[in-house]
Amino acid sequence: MFKYLKQLTSLVAMVAVLFTFTTETMAAKKSKTLKNTQKKGFVRCGVSQGLPGFSNADAAGNWTGVDVDVCRAVAAAVLGDANKVKFTPLSAKERFTALTSGEIDILSRNTTWTLSRDADIGLTFVGVNFYDGQGFMVRKSSGITSVNQFKNGISACTNIGTTTELNMRDFFNSKGISYEPVAFEKADEVVAAYDSGRCDTYTTDKSGLAAQRTKMSNPDEHIVLPETISKEPLGPVVRQGDSVWEDIVRWSLNAMIEAEEYGITSANADSMKTSENPAIKRLVGAEGELGAAFGLDNEWSLRIIKQVGNYGESYKRNIADTGILPDRGPNQLWTKGGILYVPPAR
Amino acid sequence: MNFKLKDLGPQLITVIAVVLIFGFFTYNAQINMENRGIDFGYGFLSQESSFDVQFSLIEYDGSHSYFRAYLVGLLNTILVSVIGIIIATIIGVIVGVARLSPNYLINKFAAYYVEFFRNIPLLLQIFFWYFAALRALPLPQDAEAIFGVFFLTIKGLYVPAFIWENFNIFFYSIVAAVIAIIVIRFQAKKLQETQGKQIPVFLIAIGLILILPLLSFLIGGVSLSFEIPKLKQLAATSFVYDGGLSLPPELIALTLSLSLYTATFIAECVRAGIQGVGKGQKEAAASIGLTPNQVLKLVIMPQALRIIIPPTTNQYLNLTKNSSLAAAIAYPDLVLVFAGTALMQTGKAIEIVSITMFTYLSLSISISILMNWYNKKIAIQEK
Repeated sequence: MFKYLKQLTSLVAMVAVLFTFTTETMAAKKSKTLKNTQKKGFVRCGVSQGLPGFSNADAAGNWTGVDVDVCRAVAAAVLGDANKVKFTPLSAKERFTALTSGEIDILSRNTTWTLSRDADIGLTFVGVNFYDGQGFMVRKSSGITSVNQFKNGISACTNIGTTTELNMRDFFNSKGISYEPVAFEKADEVVAAYDSGRCDTYTTDKSGLAAQRTKMSNPDEHIVLPETISKEPLGPVVRQGDSVWEDIVRWSLNAMIEAEEYGITSANADSMKTSENPAIKRLVGAEGELGAAFGLDNEWSLRIIKQVGNYGESYKRNIADTGILPDRGPNQLWTKGGILYVPPAR
Repeated sequence: MNFKLKDLGPQLITVIAVVLIFGFFTYNAQINMENRGIDFGYGFLSQESSFDVQFSLIEYDGSHSYFRAYLVGLLNTILVSVIGIIIATIIGVIVGVARLSPNYLINKFAAYYVEFFRNIPLLLQIFFWYFAALRALPLPQDAEAIFGVFFLTIKGLYVPAFIWENFNIFFYSIVAAVIAIIVIRFQAKKLQETQGKQIPVFLIAIGLILILPLLSFLIGGVSLSFEIPKLKQLAATSFVYDGGLSLPPELIALTLSLSLYTATFIAECVRAGIQGVGKGQKEAAASIGLTPNQVLKLVIMPQALRIIIPPTTNQYLNLTKNSSLAAAIAYPDLVLVFAGTALMQTGKAIEIVSITMFTYLSLSISISILMNWYNKKIAIQEK
């Protein structure tokens, strides 16, 4: 029942927000979200219900993952402490309502950036923190090594409320294969159903497959097929209508990526203040007035790098070292053959 | 005049307050949706849905509209509710009567059943049947055939499909039999009232319902064959049954848990109803020479039903609303398909949630009206 309770709370939150937002809508020059966040003393961040490498809570309730790090970076920039984040685990179905209703201020939950989501439902995507694509997992014993071996009548387990459901249809239709979609609300239920043999294949973003594979009763019995059937740029999302807050989240992410590009790490950030390179000096707050544009101080990006680390550190800590996807693939800097390329912070 | 105003005042204030509150929320919702660039409208219902659904009673795929997807979800909700209500009623009546049995074993068994199933949360029971009980079923390739034609596997229950020829003639023969039975029953009642003669209506009815359809087979050109599910290999260790009808495990688990849960409440209603009829009624009926069967049919049941029907209506409503827990186990009901996938793909939260709420309301009210009509029919007719 608790998931319905959550929907109820988002509804209550929506009603509450409707109340508060009417009095001062357009007039607030400064970002209202920023002001509220500073007043509350924590960043309200929506994450997944448990996806290793992206957003996952340990037994003690500590959240880790690359998606989690985006929220931590914003907290470091805005509040000075990367730990001042309140995480709200959300199902795929609940996530956008939670954001538009004001229950959370950032949605960092392996969410695919698409036109209709960006333009239609009151959301704004601020960037991409993971380039992904949809794939299929099968049991090794099935002998299937390629999606071309799929046959009519195959059953595929997946999540509801995702782009996965749409891509899956496009894919099977283009191949002319009839299939049985079995869609669950929670990722854990999808994994349990697939693991028990209810479905022949499990389909979602490849990073998700790699992460969920670690949760199977015997991970070695499953393989992820090589084909990728879609583009899934995953990134943080904010509510439409607060452009300052949008910029803060966007540039918190960009700062992490640019820090890696310039070789600034959590360990050497302080010593970089004396660097010769003005781009580096700007990122560690030794030059320029970049923070003022958002209403922040000049060391906002220094705090991100010191407390959360650059993008490469975050990736290594959460995704590579945990054995989920040791190879960075497209999520490598543009200077090293990947497609991570962010506008300059100046 | 003064008296009237005093009477009207509070009501007027209530109406104004309700209108103001609703107006305020509507206005706020409008303003905020405008600020965030969210459009309001039901136009999306005619757009292509572009997602597939696992199980559907009508023809549907992603090239159909969102409205069609809504119908798919609604029909699946109705399907599971109707099957659930029928099974729950049967189990409920049997268990309710069994609880009054003088036989110690039957009596205790029924009592334990009721106490066990009604005291565990329904969602847990659904999870149990789906994730624990049905998961223990064999994979398709390991399944043993039941009677040679049914296959119960982890991917569902596969049953033979009927293939009819001249089905309409068969259907008409049943309709004819039913009409004949009604006419005979009416005549028999008249005969009993006017001449005191009794006709074995029940035996005649059974005869008719068997003979007429049989005739349709023999001389009406009706024929029936079965398509038995066949095992089909998808990959080295992956199999599925082809042909026949397949009932997904999600449907089975949901129907099972809903009916077993609701049956406990219905059983209590039935027990209360029978116990609510005075003992003297039974003794009086017996003393005027009615057989035990007649006592039950003519004296006890008509009175017991009056007590049973109203609370049972509540249970039917509960079962229908509880079927929305289907979303937890991937059964594509209204909540999963429409308030789940469709809501996510369109982002039309307010529109879709309002339609879904209205639909459940209509479903519940329909059941209520039906049961109230029945209740009125069996109520004491004051003359």
